[in-house]
Amino acid sequence: MADTVWIIGASMTKFGRYPDKDTVDLASEAALAALEDAQSTIFDMQTLAVGCLVDAAAMLGQRLQKQIGQTGIPVYNVANACATGATAVRTALLAIKAGEADMALAVGVEQMGKMGLLGPAGQARAKPTGYTPSGRYGSVMPVEGILGTQLMPGVFAQAGMEYASHHDGVGFEQFAKVAEKNHAHSALNPLAQYQKVFSLEQVMGAEMVAYPNTLLMCCPTGDGAAAAVLCSDARLKTLDPDVRRRAVKISASVLTSDPYVESDTAQPDVSTLTKLAAAQAYEQAGVGPADLDLVELHDCFATAELIHYENLQLCEPGGAGDFIDRRAPWRDGTTPVNVSGGLISKGHPIGATGVANIYEVATHLRGEAGDRQIEGARVGLTHVIGLGSACGVHVLERAAA
Amino acid sequence: MHVTFAGPTLPAVTDTSSPPGGGRIPVVDYLVLEGDPHLVAHACTGCGALYFDRRNACAKCGRTAFDRRPLATTGVLRSFTIVSRAAPGVPVPYVSAVVELEGGGVVKANLVDVEPDPAKIELNMPLSMTTFVCGTDEEGTDAVAFGFRPA
Repeated sequence: MADTVWIIGASMTKFGRYPDKDTVDLASEAALAALEDAQSTIFDMQTLAVGCLVDAAAMLGQRLQKQIGQTGIPVYNVANACATGATAVRTALLAIKAGEADMALAVGVEQMGKMGLLGPAGQARAKPTGYTPSGRYGSVMPVEGILGTQLMPGVFAQAGMEYASHHDGVGFEQFAKVAEKNHAHSALNPLAQYQKVFSLEQVMGAEMVAYPNTLLMCCPTGDGAAAAVLCSDARLKTLDPDVRRRAVKISASVLTSDPYVESDTAQPDVSTLTKLAAAQAYEQAGVGPADLDLVELHDCFATAELIHYENLQLCEPGGAGDFIDRRAPWRDGTTPVNVSGGLISKGHPIGATGVANIYEVATHLRGEAGDRQIEGARVGLTHVIGLGSACGVHVLERAAA
Repeated sequence: MHVTFAGPTLPAVTDTSSPPGGGRIPVVDYLVLEGDPHLVAHACTGCGALYFDRRNACAKCGRTAFDRRPLATTGVLRSFTIVSRAAPGVPVPYVSAVVELEGGGVVKANLVDVEPDPAKIELNMPLSMTTFVCGTDEEGTDAVAFGFRPA
């Protein structure tokens, strides 16, 4: 199709801890590597989209330009919680679809410091002076821990347990098996923050954070960046044959927010908007879940991955427990999920993740994933979800032979 | 495989009579303490959608008129987690729950009067609302919160 958008270059830094690098360092590293991978330079780019949470209001895109090339092109600084990276890719894609660019660069990056598992919400509470109701709920004190938990491990634990309340055969063990899989997968990924294998017993026996999520079922904080160079179909036809051979088609690019549901008063619903995004993506791409050779989905916590098996239609309704029990999402199963190690073991520098999973799928589609390569991969799906909420789904396909 | 937890739960004190020298105040404004304590929601006059927060409009249908609707004090356990790692000063472990109220409304609160043990907590079990003191300020005013206990 004439308005197809292609990925012609992609890169990610190894995720980990880089206390001596700032977001510009990390973004530059990924951007320059992706540009080189595309046999292009920043001077060929006509739009730049940079996704980052910690520097969302700090003109990071322009600061990146000041390090790698100031050309006056439009810069979009993008934030959408954990869907930031996918939103940056989508922003670059829209510029190309609108006819305002032939080549665009999308970067996702995060430098999380040592904020810890609970983030800023996990700080100690100040002593009360006189109680005064304030805010939209007229609260007199922070209610975290008093009216339930709104911290991430607990929110996603409750999302998983809600699924368990509707379906038999889903419990602690099924959720733990997800983490067992992703830790095992990461051992083959040199770019993963952690590359250690854990037995199911070790996963279940690790320190409990928010039942049923143990520490080994939670993604770590960390630093890193990923970048992708996007190109219009018309421009691709003029490029080097090697670039054309390695080009990856973006068959679907979808972004949804959370539609109204009654249970919003209790906590965010991460399933409805994911189901919506997946349905739109399959329709746009003209493929179904059975066509997918690999999936990189948003396993911020093991409980999240399990419910996304159903949300993304990888299994039958109610079948997520059975799906993991029969090892269908393992790398040697029928639908490999998170062969990168997922967020749980590969890491989750928030702004980078939505571009990193696109890098991962594209790398398999190009046959360049080394030890972790899914043989013959032709079609892949990426999924990220940011609480609040935003869901980004992309379907990528290998160029026709 | 069952995992058991040692440690205190938050006290489920239902005696919320005023201490000497102070009054009491609900921890959030959607908790009503007068009479039998219960929750109130803003109900959209157009579609009936329920909300606990101050509204600018209805997120379901867009209308801007709301009634005040008292909610039931009974419900069922839709989901829970047992929190073991929390912000400093929050005693752990405690049980966070999503409760579906009879007749409408979904709310998050702590599950109280129950051992923080997944083997002792049954999804979909019937619950009833209770209240407890969650803090006292320098003037001696008690802040009162709500929770749910097995019915």
